Amino acid sequence: MSEGIGARVLRKEDKRFITGKGRYTDDIIESNQAYAAFVRSPHAHARIVSLDASAALAMEGVETVLTGPELVADGIGNIICGWGITSKDGTPMNMGAWSALATEKARYVGDAVAIVVADTKSQAKLAAEAVVVNYEELPVVVGAVEALAPGAPQIHDNAPGNLIFDWEIGDLAPTDAALASAAHVTEMAITNNRLAPNPMEPRSAIATFNEAEDHYTLYTTSQNPHVARLVLSAFYNVAPEHKLRVIAPDVGGGFGSKIYIYPEEIVCLWASMKSGRSVKWTSDRTEAFLTDAHGRDHVSTAKIGFDNDGKIVGLKVNTKANFGAYMSLFSSAVPTYLYATLLSGQYDIANIYCDVQAVYTNTVPVDAYRGAGRPEACYVVERLMETAAREMGMDPAELRAKNFVRSFPHQTPVIMAYDSGDFDANLKQAQAAADVAGFAGRKAEAASRGKLRGMGYSNYIEACGIAPSAAVGSLGAGVGLWESAEVRVNPVGTIEILTGSHSHGQGHETTFAQIVAERFDLPTENIQIVHGDTDKVQFGMGTYGSRSGAVGMSAIVKAMDKVEAKVKKIAAHVLEAGEDDIVIEGGAVKVAGTDKQMLWHEVGLAAYTAHNIPEGMEPGLKESAFYDPTNFTFPAGCYICEVEVDPETGVTEVVQFVASDDFGTIINPMIVEGQVHGGIAQGIGQAMLENVVYDAAGQQLSASYMDYAMPRADDLPNYSVHHASTTCPGNPLGMKGCGEAGAIGSPPAVINAITDAIGNNNLSMPATPAAVWAALQDVSQKLAAE
Amino acid sequence: MYETNFHKAATAQEAAALLNRSEDGKILAGGQTLIPTMKQRLADPTDVIDVSAAADLRGITIAGDQVTIGAMTTHAEVAGHAALAALCPSICKLAANIGDPAVRHRGTIGGSLANNDPAADYPAAALALNARIHTTSREIAADDFFEGMFTTALEDDEIITAVSFTAPAKGGYGKFPNPASRYAMAGVFVAKLADGSARVAVTGAGEDGVHRHDGLEAALSADWAASAVDGVEISLDGLLSDLHGNAAYRANLVKVMAKRALG
Ligand SMILES: Cc1cc2nc3c(=O)[nH]c(=O)nc-3n(C[C@H](O)[C@H](O)[C@H](O)COP(=O)(O)OP(=O)(O)OC[C@H]3O[C@@H](n4cnc5c(N)ncnc54)[C@H](O)[C@@H]3O)c2cc1C
Repeated sequence: MSEGIGARVLRKEDKRFITGKGRYTDDIIESNQAYAAFVRSPHAHARIVSLDASAALAMEGVETVLTGPELVADGIGNIICGWGITSKDGTPMNMGAWSALATEKARYVGDAVAIVVADTKSQAKLAAEAVVVNYEELPVVVGAVEALAPGAPQIHDNAPGNLIFDWEIGDLAPTDAALASAAHVTEMAITNNRLAPNPMEPRSAIATFNEAEDHYTLYTTSQNPHVARLVLSAFYNVAPEHKLRVIAPDVGGGFGSKIYIYPEEIVCLWASMKSGRSVKWTSDRTEAFLTDAHGRDHVSTAKIGFDNDGKIVGLKVNTKANFGAYMSLFSSAVPTYLYATLLSGQYDIANIYCDVQAVYTNTVPVDAYRGAGRPEACYVVERLMETAAREMGMDPAELRAKNFVRSFPHQTPVIMAYDSGDFDANLKQAQAAADVAGFAGRKAEAASRGKLRGMGYSNYIEACGIAPSAAVGSLGAGVGLWESAEVRVNPVGTIEILTGSHSHGQGHETTFAQIVAERFDLPTENIQIVHGDTDKVQFGMGTYGSRSGAVGMSAIVKAMDKVEAKVKKIAAHVLEAGEDDIVIEGGAVKVAGTDKQMLWHEVGLAAYTAHNIPEGMEPGLKESAFYDPTNFTFPAGCYICEVEVDPETGVTEVVQFVASDDFGTIINPMIVEGQVHGGIAQGIGQAMLENVVYDAAGQQLSASYMDYAMPRADDLPNYSVHHASTTCPGNPLGMKGCGEAGAIGSPPAVINAITDAIGNNNLSMPATPAAVWAALQDVSQKLAAE
Repeated sequence: MYETNFHKAATAQEAAALLNRSEDGKILAGGQTLIPTMKQRLADPTDVIDVSAAADLRGITIAGDQVTIGAMTTHAEVAGHAALAALCPSICKLAANIGDPAVRHRGTIGGSLANNDPAADYPAAALALNARIHTTSREIAADDFFEGMFTTALEDDEIITAVSFTAPAKGGYGKFPNPASRYAMAGVFVAKLADGSARVAVTGAGEDGVHRHDGLEAALSADWAASAVDGVEISLDGLLSDLHGNAAYRANLVKVMAKRALG
């Protein structure tokens, strides 16, 4: 069937997106709508001495001005972190309070202090400027290392020394012993730069309190509207769950930043109740830089030891993770269970130890961003491997292959049990596509043009399909990470799939339809995907961590199993055959080997008329399922990057980028390639362009596109994307996930290539022209001194 | 954006009169700087005077080696002007590399010069070409026009009507784009005038905007060749250090861009 699994079906959703007919949160207009503007702290750390809203309240069109103390008085709860982490010494994490509107202190530039609601956006903004806040400025700290230093400004009273937790994984003593006995140890200081997520659509919310029905509706830019509803009701007390409908309509990208329930959504709901108006807020781009959760921001030291034969004997990592001013929803899971558990990479390593200090600073809160912890782990491991190979005079691919895990399942010393993979296959496929053998010739040719050519590898592995509920629960998660689905076959045979996954660019409306088309041998145009509305879909955990395929689609498969069983029962009854003899194909339900059949829609009709169904069977044809995965999935692959550096300016061009990925079963290769292209673009962005920079006063110097360099088409190469897949044994479709791999695997490949080209390993991300040029000067100085 | 009074002027003189009458008025040319600044609430003019309909501010005229470009001429018009390209290709190439197509079809030479962004391209061309800036009340030599970043000799109610220059014997522009904004991190315009002397203007790299470079001018006046640039010392004094690169890097870029400007 041409539209089933493996087909390059064009995206069903693209017609509305490409023709500008998408319906995003800011497009929603309620009859009684007012606009919100937030009063935000211009200081990174300041005590709020007084707040005077009288001038603002007197301005034209202003409905209300509401502040933190009023929010607290109304019982609106503090913002939660959904994952509890226990420190080395057994103590729980030190979490400071985060009120959706600051009460006593502002802790980062952009911290919301008050909301202004007015008839027009312009009136709201003008009035917000007229709210007079008296601040007493406090000392500021922006870096994780500086925030841990003695005497650093104290940001939350209950996190002494700004330390949120000091967590560890693995065994220290055997790792130290292994490193002490190693024939070669490679040691590096590694920084993972802070990124701003920059989805194309900024965050937006419109909240409506219907007093007559005592009911709330929230349209919001969310990757998981069901979790938003749960948290808004259970923890923030804005409305009981059955009185709150959350809708995430078309959402223009998230990359993690739209997982969280932010202060603005909470406050808009509350302000709607207070004002009796629908309250709409849409972030502008500056607000997005100032308030969307940032990603990454790790400072690490790492040591890896090898025996005489190049086999890894131990790996030890210390990481200081900058959490920003408050603990965001999944902030604590990112540099712990999503990071250190992947430090084994693709390698068989007996001894691993990692400890992580989580630190408050006067910066935007940091949370999951495309890859979330796994890019940071991959960067540590793959920078170490490339560097170690250079230090030992070995071929970097050979050193990696020497250490590959080759038998599955493989239990690492850091929790993860890899279920499948063929790392040799990915390496070989990538090497062939990259023409590694021809590199020396290309390098010489580049040199004749005055260019420095370099090549770098990255053999990544990551964990997706999060996650088995009981397992994550035992590690501190506050939720289960299953997914739900409902399959509704209509009386005319068309199908609606209700899913708890949420599509914000991934193409679910197409790929989810494909698995149904495959199963029931129907055209995808007969299948509709419904998602993103808590009144329509029963529940769901949403989309992040590349989980929509491995977990979300698995739930659909489970529901389809039930539908198929019922269809066969009905057909067997009507056609007077045995259930085992019934087959579904070509739009019909047939008795195998005979010409007896019912058309697919006739079965639907039979189920709903219920004139002739098996005795005792309930009418209708609608089934639901909850699917809880049994393990993480482990996408892996090999990326090879080739660059050319202009030594006069430091300008680096990525001239070739080859990816060989193992994503398990691929539903739609076109969409998967798109995910890989986008992921690599973000990875190259991190490696060469993007960087959030703060000054010492905690002001973001890079808070606009004048200074924050987003990757553009001419910064990027033509990708060479390949697949060498093994089937994932953990879920019914054999899928692993593809949404984050590109962003996880690519940064070390790029930096390994640039450092190879310039002959200096002392280079941090982003490798801007200025940074590469400076590293080149460093080399010439070293050479001159020798 | 704050509320403002919008006017549309049919001629430069009408615009000047409107500007004179307004409390804190601004000319709206291509709007590529003014509108974003207003949207970010960083500018709050009482009046905005749109000169897009002022025909007397438009167009490129060439008379022998004399070039006159109306203030409202867009970057795209300059980039695509065949007669200008035959006489002074460097300025066409410069215009072709400003921003993106949308910016080039709105943004104007007058707006760029009046704004005098320290990283803008046209100021380097105007200064190196020894251009004359024509306004509604006088004519100003480029050497006297640029007074430091975002500052010019223009009076409050004075409007640029055109810019004119004598086509140089030779000229070129080397631009190193900022990775984020793609304005110049260092842009060097080199011009060999009819009398054989060289003028060199640097944009993007200085702490205080566009400036001439004596060392490069001396070297190129003596020998119009890339090799002449090698021996020139680029002082770090007055060069910009920011998150995109320090003064040492910019000094290097000035040298490399000067060489590339020479082709
Ligand atoms: C995305 C983007 C990228 C850009 N990239 C570059 C780049 O790479 N290099 C570069 O040089 N520039 C760049 N620009 C700037 C752009 O090219 C314009 O030159 C610039 O915005 C000013 O021209 P304008 O016609 O748009 O002026 P406006 O924005 O309309 O006006 C700018 C200022 O000049 C004043 N003004 C305008 N015309 C006159 C006049 N005739 N007399 C007196 N005052 C006047 C206005 O009152 C205002 O204060 C970029 C702009 C954008 C938006």
